[in-house]
Amino acid sequence: MTPGVLIIIVLVLTVAGYVLGRRRALALAKRDGARLHSLPGYYGQSVALFAAVPALLLLAAWLFLQPLLIENQVSTQIPNSAIPEGGARSLVMADVRRIADGLDRLVEAGSLGEDDLATMRADFSDIRGRLASIGVALGSNVSPAVFQAAKSYRSLNGTGSLLRNTAVIGVSLGLGFLAWRRVRPSMRARNTSETFIRALLMGSSLIAILTTFGIVGSLLFETIHFFRMYPAGEFFLSTVWNPQFRGGSTLGILPLLWGTFYVSFVALLLAVPIGLMVAVYLAEYSSKTLRSFAKPAIEVLAGIPTIVYGLFALITVGPLLRDWIAQPLGLGSSSSSVMTAGLVMGIMLIPFVSSLSDDIINAVPQAMREGSYGLGATQSETVRKVIMPAALPGIVGAVLLAASRAIGETMIVVMGAGAAARLGLNPFEAMTTVTVKIVSQLTGDTEFASPETLVAFALGLTLFVFTLGLNILALYIVRRYREQYE
Amino acid sequence: MNMLTEAAVERKLDTMDEQPAIKMRGENVTVHYGDTQALFDVNLDVPEKQVIALIGPSGCGKSTFLRCLNRMNDTIDICRVGGKITLDDENIYDPRIDVVELRARVGMVFQKPNPFPKSIFENVAYGPRIHGLASAKSDLDGIVETSLQKAGLWNEVKDRLHAPGTGLSGGQQQRLCIARAIAVSPEVILMDEPCSALDPIATAKIEELIDELRENYTIVIVTHSMQQAARVSQRTAMFHLGNLVEEGPTDKMFTNPEEKRTQDYITGRFG
Ligand SMILES: Nc1ncnc2c1ncn2[C@@H]1O[C@H](COP(=O)(O)OP(=O)(O)OP(=O)(O)O)[C@@H](O)[C@H]1O
Ligand SMILES: [Mg+2]
Repeated sequence: MTPGVLIIIVLVLTVAGYVLGRRRALALAKRDGARLHSLPGYYGQSVALFAAVPALLLLAAWLFLQPLLIENQVSTQIPNSAIPEGGARSLVMADVRRIADGLDRLVEAGSLGEDDLATMRADFSDIRGRLASIGVALGSNVSPAVFQAAKSYRSLNGTGSLLRNTAVIGVSLGLGFLAWRRVRPSMRARNTSETFIRALLMGSSLIAILTTFGIVGSLLFETIHFFRMYPAGEFFLSTVWNPQFRGGSTLGILPLLWGTFYVSFVALLLAVPIGLMVAVYLAEYSSKTLRSFAKPAIEVLAGIPTIVYGLFALITVGPLLRDWIAQPLGLGSSSSSVMTAGLVMGIMLIPFVSSLSDDIINAVPQAMREGSYGLGATQSETVRKVIMPAALPGIVGAVLLAASRAIGETMIVVMGAGAAARLGLNPFEAMTTVTVKIVSQLTGDTEFASPETLVAFALGLTLFVFTLGLNILALYIVRRYREQYE
Repeated sequence: MNMLTEAAVERKLDTMDEQPAIKMRGENVTVHYGDTQALFDVNLDVPEKQVIALIGPSGCGKSTFLRCLNRMNDTIDICRVGGKITLDDENIYDPRIDVVELRARVGMVFQKPNPFPKSIFENVAYGPRIHGLASAKSDLDGIVETSLQKAGLWNEVKDRLHAPGTGLSGGQQQRLCIARAIAVSPEVILMDEPCSALDPIATAKIEELIDELRENYTIVIVTHSMQQAARVSQRTAMFHLGNLVEEGPTDKMFTNPEEKRTQDYITGRFG
């Protein structure tokens, strides 16, 4: 029985629990002439929840733990002699798993009986050949120890699955039955299901939080690893980024950070004013009909994948800037430049800024506008002197959020700004950013445990700290702004 | 059912004798919000340097009429105004009229105090600044001070002019809004239930203030409180279902109205 079938069985039990619980509540209420505390559906729900949730949780835990335990158990069975010279136990274990898998399939195909398998011995029969016939290719002949391990892996797995199935169905049935027994008219079924739902919601948010911690944790772990091999001082203060395949690299973050901030700065320089003007127009000036067209149209920009923006930068904006501005002015001859990436990224950020600011401007109470119009102010005076100052904290928040997007952007930079780490002021030169280097260091062909690869984690963590800081600042500002009107 | 003290009656009778000039005049004013009509052929005169109160049950069109007087209804897309409204015999719905200037001449105080999220000083200085009424900083200081004084707020805030206006109490905020309106030296001040969000003491202060302002300004006030209408106004206009029912000197309206509907409303029989 596969986990899928098991889940279906539990679900069937759940539905049955719902129906039975509901029916019992109604029947008891009728027999005793008592009033039900909750709607009948809630009694069904409480039985259903008891039948489903613990059983499914148990299943999830089991699916996670069983392979770990069995691996452990089996790998101790393999004698050191069965491990080839220079090989690793984990490689042998991979073989064991594949053989066990192959045996399963042989049995399933009917070409091997369980009894035959029990007496089968690696040194007498051509296991490699038979496995190859069903598509499981092995690198070498199967040694008796490995074969033995595979057999016990198989049988342990079989027992485990059997136990699992019994336990899960048992829990579902048992708890479902207990819950069903508990059903009586005075039971507060509505509150029970409320508690369950609260736990469910809490569990979900816990998953999100734990994932964040997991991500930070793994980054942190590898970063510490990196700083054991490479001095932190040099990483943070060196102005040279020059990774070498053979070691002896200089891995200074400064040129990358500079590139990141330069490109983001150009992007925000474009996106913030235009985005704000779009927002003001939409919120204050446009008619309802125009707004209902224009707003979604602008937001479509936000839905374009960044790789498409990257292409736009690579084949249109880059050459255009080079041919019409950079070369005539003698500022450079590269089509990848800070300007290219910055401008295209700015275009990408316009809807981001405009949409958030539009909401914020709309949230400024109508009373502020009327107060200003009532004093004889024009529309633009009202916008400049009343609405903007009132919305400013929120708009700053929007801009900071846009900034943290700009800092994290990768695709547009790779395709628009190039991959050369450089500390320079000329915006028509190629530069690169932290994110681009994270990708290129991780996908390079140096060994994983070398500083050249691990530096990616340190870069990632640095970036994470920066954007986290920006986001916290933005949230703080936005929250303060909310308090002003509530 | 007479809520006026004798002295007050006398005072009102005095003011009634001389016929004041007409500051604003509505002729056959109709208002539509989309397809629903909110005002039907309203004819109403606003006498100069007096207080006229607009009363009537909720939804009868008092605010709508008030907002016609400074074209505040222009800010509502679906609102259409018909008929003629004049300010000093000039049609304010004439296309040649500058709405912005009109609103500087006809100021407005709203139901809920709505100070800008700026300092007390900046709130009052806002109007003079945009209209260029003060050429020097000292002029501006002067305008702010006299406006706050006229609004009876100066003594309470003179030590914290640079604290946020939103930090004042409700009643103080409303007086700040009145000071803000006064600062641009309007000729007419429109007030839409200016005391409905205030406690009795703050209300009494504002009423006192309105009585003082009458000397220099023409005031139109919407109110749900019969006592308030009786206390502060010289004339009263009664609206019902978008129609002007009756208009006349306040004491006459309260003692001897011509229309039964006015009588019923004033004595609390409906509305
Ligand atoms: N912005 C608007 N859009 C559509 N209809 C409106 C709008 N403002 C007012 N109305 C309608 O016009 C009519 C008159 O409303 P108005 O606000 O003038 O009443 P009011 O006498 O001031 O009432 P209240 O004493 O409750 O303030 C009402 O029927 C109202 O529903
Ligand atoms: Mg009203």
